[in-house]
Amino acid sequence: MILRKLIPVCAVALAASSTQVLAENTLRWTSQGDALTLDPHSQNEGPTIATNGMMYESLVTRDADLVLQPELAVSWEPMDGNIWRFKLREGVKYHGGEDFTAEDVAFSFERAKHESSDYKEQVKSVVEVKIIDDHTIDLVTDEVNPILPNQLTSLYMMDKGWAEANNVVNPQDFAGKEETFAVRNSNGTGPFKLVSRAPDELTVMEKNSEWWGDGQFPGNVDRIEYRPIGNAATRVAALLSNEVDFVLDPPLQDLKRIDAADGLKTDTVAQIRTIFFGMDQGVEELRTSDVKGKNPFADVKVREAMNLAIDRKAIQRVVMEGLSFPAGMITSPGVLGNNETQDAEIPLDVEKAKSLMAEAGYPDGFSVQLDCPNNRYNNDEKICQAAVAMLAKIGVKVSLEAIPKAQHFPKIQKRISDFYMLGWGVPTLDSHYVFSYLLDAEGSWNATGYSNDTVNSITKGIASETDLDKRADMINDAWTEVRKDMPYIPIHHQVIAWGMSDKVDAPMSADDALRPRFVTIK
Amino acid sequence: MLSYIFRRLAQSVLVMAAVSLISFSLFNFVGDPVNNMVGQEATREDRVRIRQDLGLDDPIFTQYVRFMGNALNGDFGLSYRIKRPVSTLIKERLPATLELVFVSAVIALVVGIAAGVYTGIRRNGWLSKTILSTSLVGVSLPTFIIGIALIYLFAVTLRWLPSSGRAGVVELGWWKTSFLTVDGWRSIILPAITLSLFQLTMILRLVRAEMLEVMQADYIKFARARGLSERAINFVHALKNTLVPVITIIGLNIGGLIAFSVITETVFQWPGTGLMFIQAVDFADVPIMAAYLCFVALIFVIVNLIVDLLYVFIDPRIRLGGQ
Repeated sequence: MILRKLIPVCAVALAASSTQVLAENTLRWTSQGDALTLDPHSQNEGPTIATNGMMYESLVTRDADLVLQPELAVSWEPMDGNIWRFKLREGVKYHGGEDFTAEDVAFSFERAKHESSDYKEQVKSVVEVKIIDDHTIDLVTDEVNPILPNQLTSLYMMDKGWAEANNVVNPQDFAGKEETFAVRNSNGTGPFKLVSRAPDELTVMEKNSEWWGDGQFPGNVDRIEYRPIGNAATRVAALLSNEVDFVLDPPLQDLKRIDAADGLKTDTVAQIRTIFFGMDQGVEELRTSDVKGKNPFADVKVREAMNLAIDRKAIQRVVMEGLSFPAGMITSPGVLGNNETQDAEIPLDVEKAKSLMAEAGYPDGFSVQLDCPNNRYNNDEKICQAAVAMLAKIGVKVSLEAIPKAQHFPKIQKRISDFYMLGWGVPTLDSHYVFSYLLDAEGSWNATGYSNDTVNSITKGIASETDLDKRADMINDAWTEVRKDMPYIPIHHQVIAWGMSDKVDAPMSADDALRPRFVTIK
Repeated sequence: MLSYIFRRLAQSVLVMAAVSLISFSLFNFVGDPVNNMVGQEATREDRVRIRQDLGLDDPIFTQYVRFMGNALNGDFGLSYRIKRPVSTLIKERLPATLELVFVSAVIALVVGIAAGVYTGIRRNGWLSKTILSTSLVGVSLPTFIIGIALIYLFAVTLRWLPSSGRAGVVELGWWKTSFLTVDGWRSIILPAITLSLFQLTMILRLVRAEMLEVMQADYIKFARARGLSERAINFVHALKNTLVPVITIIGLNIGGLIAFSVITETVFQWPGTGLMFIQAVDFADVPIMAAYLCFVALIFVIVNLIVDLLYVFIDPRIRLGGQ
């Protein structure tokens, strides 16, 4: 009797539980490359930062429009004497149940400054973290640092106790012998908790119902399943066959196909990344040129002629299928310092370029090698091929060497390239990042040998100038110098494309990061 | 006999050493891993320090000796890319590759022999001609194209099978198997067919050629004269004699299947050692590349050794010649 009564009850319960499973909003997504590690301070790399940012949180974050927003800090303000004061969010717990306190902030900064951390450059200006009380900290910088909050958006906070208990007080060392606990385990304060992690196969996260921001964000994702698919055609096939709901990096040539499929859509947005060529003007004699005893790139007329010879609109139309924005400067809209005057496209003018070449003493041009990656940027090799044809029109005979990124970038690092392609993104959204790496004479990625005293001193000046209007003027002055000197040949700002199911609504961001707290699934 | 085995073993060790040295010296051309290992903000001093820590600036031969020294102690180092021990990674990824290779070998054998016998007997039938001409696809189209075509047909258009990945695995100790669930079988079918096509075509053509030859042999004529059934002649007398070269080829090609699986695994995102190798090449992840190449060389050497030893047992002439 009892049994007979129980059966329908059980059946109802079973049905209820199964509909509950169905009602759960799962976001199944894919992209080319998996996060390299779940250790938040070990690798400063786009996909790693984006994946860890779903589980870990920083003091300050950016929303989909890249505007600074409070995350683990609720407010921050500059104080006298090189200090930024941060008020921490109260009542925040780690996934493992530990309380988030000022101790953890101090610990995370220490961890990020460790020699084996890949974030030590970002936080090098922070010399001390002073704990004022459990939920207030002072960050003391070496000198006044007006853009410190911008530099902290991917500096994730780890629990001190958890790190000590699991022997991961320091990030993994490259020369180490064993895998550390933090490589495949995660304990953040963020909106999603790690369920399982098989690197390069499947990473599953589920909603953290204890999250401080629960209910404050539009997202309704309960579960995230991430499956990296390296091959571009397979990745698109997975979307077309409805096995994933979202592709972060569909190849540009497949966008029409995705749009044409039932129930799928694409979205594009300008990326914070500019593609350009660098010319080594600092070296005595180019290594790959037929001009001996002098360096043609040392003459600004040659550099201007090279700039005038590039048909940026044709590259946009033919090579990029419209998916790029021709550039006049080497940093994108959205970065402080980019404006319409500075970024005005350098017009195509072959005649003027030819006469400039003649004035500079190269009426018949010269030869040089262009180093180009073939697996790093959208259509990188094709852009270089187009440039070779365009430069031939003014007599510059370019031989193209297109090679994988693992071989290309060391050439720039070792300063052994005469003429090279490079792309640059700006995580801080401030021109200082561009000047200090690409335009300052000492910049670690400035392989052009370019050195302009005004630019060098402004690079130093804007690092500590707190009058924001004055600082903006200084930045503009520096860009004016750069536009005059033309150490680089700007090509275009890249465009990001996402492909997804009609059921998914994900706000696009110029930093190419998926922010699931804003993602809704119908 | 024992000296023969020892001689072959010594030769194998030499082959391994040569293969590892050659592959190691090629790593110079793959590029500099350090750029992939640190963010763009890293200073040049830091890059230099990491290169020194990893010994990347040492002469290739020094690096090779260090690698072999560690490898002989079972230490293949840590992957530069995902910072996990290489030996663990290979152990984790090997079951996926071996199961894929196993299923493809079975497909290649069963279908290849059946179709080979059929086309050998019914030389002029329309089905034979169709099989023979379509089998050209297997040798003429690159694996990459075949894989993508199968994905678009069976996953995107018909939606019968998943496009990629390895779903439905069950853990048996450290071995993860696809064989115990429906999902597991569904995801292994397309990559296994893709990987098998080349070998299948080869076996088919080999069996057919052998069948044609054997059918002309005297003992088949005598068998007919004895009044044996066609069935007994085809499958007992003829097929048995065609199989000797087929088995030799299969043995040698198991290594080939493992090596070819690199492309198939990349297309289908099959989480085996081949996919791991491609990712390592992209990143210039030297520890994984070195260990993988040694591993593949080892498999080739072992398979060849076994085949050679089997010959000794099968064919006494080799044994006698050795003495």
